[in-house]
Amino acid sequence: MNETVNIIKVGIADMNVVESPNLIRTSGLGSCVGVVIYDTQKEIAGLAHVMLPDSSLSKTGTINIAKYADTAIEELLYRISKLGSKQSNLKAKIAGGAQMFQFSSQNDMMRIGPRNVDAVKKELLRFRIPITAEDTGGSSGRTIEFNPSTRMLNIRTVNQGVKDI
Amino acid sequence: MSFIEQIKSHHLDILREVGNIGAGNAATSLSKILGKTIEMTVPNVRIVSFDEMMDMVGGSENVIASIFLRIEGDAPGSIYFMLPLEQAKKYIEQMTGETNFSFENPPFSEISVSALQELGNILSGSYLSALSDFTQLNLYPSVPALGIDMVGAILSYGLMEVSQVSDYAIVIDTAVSEQEDSITESVKGHFFLLLDPESFEKIFSALGVPIDE
Repeated sequence: MNETVNIIKVGIADMNVVESPNLIRTSGLGSCVGVVIYDTQKEIAGLAHVMLPDSSLSKTGTINIAKYADTAIEELLYRISKLGSKQSNLKAKIAGGAQMFQFSSQNDMMRIGPRNVDAVKKELLRFRIPITAEDTGGSSGRTIEFNPSTRMLNIRTVNQGVKDI
Repeated sequence: MSFIEQIKSHHLDILREVGNIGAGNAATSLSKILGKTIEMTVPNVRIVSFDEMMDMVGGSENVIASIFLRIEGDAPGSIYFMLPLEQAKKYIEQMTGETNFSFENPPFSEISVSALQELGNILSGSYLSALSDFTQLNLYPSVPALGIDMVGAILSYGLMEVSQVSDYAIVIDTAVSEQEDSITESVKGHFFLLLDPESFEKIFSALGVPIDE
């Protein structure tokens, strides 16, 4: 047997699902949060690259649902369920939400990283998806890659090297 | 209707001129600091998706040195001055006299970081003051911040405002290059000007070409 492994790439404000042996990856997370939802029984997972906490921030009629924590997680759960996962078997790992630049600005948008992390956690709680591991905050960019067969999330940063959670 | 759909080609010409004046002034400053001729390209004004914007400077995961400055006042936005690490290293060595600076082993010496930060301050400050003179708008710089990290992590920060109204951004991109000999030229750095959505209208009106005419 000679299966090729594909790496599914998820862009900014984007999402996708994956089945083993393939991997799923998103790069250059700063204040954005990468949310991985995976099946503990089957080798299925999904990844969303969330950019903003809440779709009520949107000032336009049509929204990109992968962009906001509140809309992305619901859609991701739907797509994973279509692959045959039961919601009770799902768990999550999250990474990102850094504060890339330190400003003493009054503008709330400047601390968007922590707000994204809070919004993602709140949304996962709403769907009763437990978070088994997280690497959030700090001031470094992250590139993450999830393997649905080992259920490990590989995280690479510029200054702190590589780790698996 | 998205603000981007209201922008016509003559508006893009104006943005090109804005980039030209800003980066031209900054290139002059850089020439003076380094005592070298610095060339600059005609600004490239592009309407791009967020992922395409990352690709303009080597892709989301590419590591760069960047000075980031928020514009406050009449027409808020963000200015980035981005350098490949190799080039940032050269500038640091030229300014500090350090000979074996490396981005491989942080933490970096305080003097090298502050030299790079100061270079960025001067350049982004001269970009902004040219912009302010040209438009007659009151524009103030925030304290510039230096980041050495992945392109995606650095640029997404400047997209926070525009991402609330659109999945596309208007990037005013000017590349600066050094004339190494009479023939070869290589791109050394990029200026990106990203205006907040409501600032376009203000700049166009200030220059006499409002959006809804």
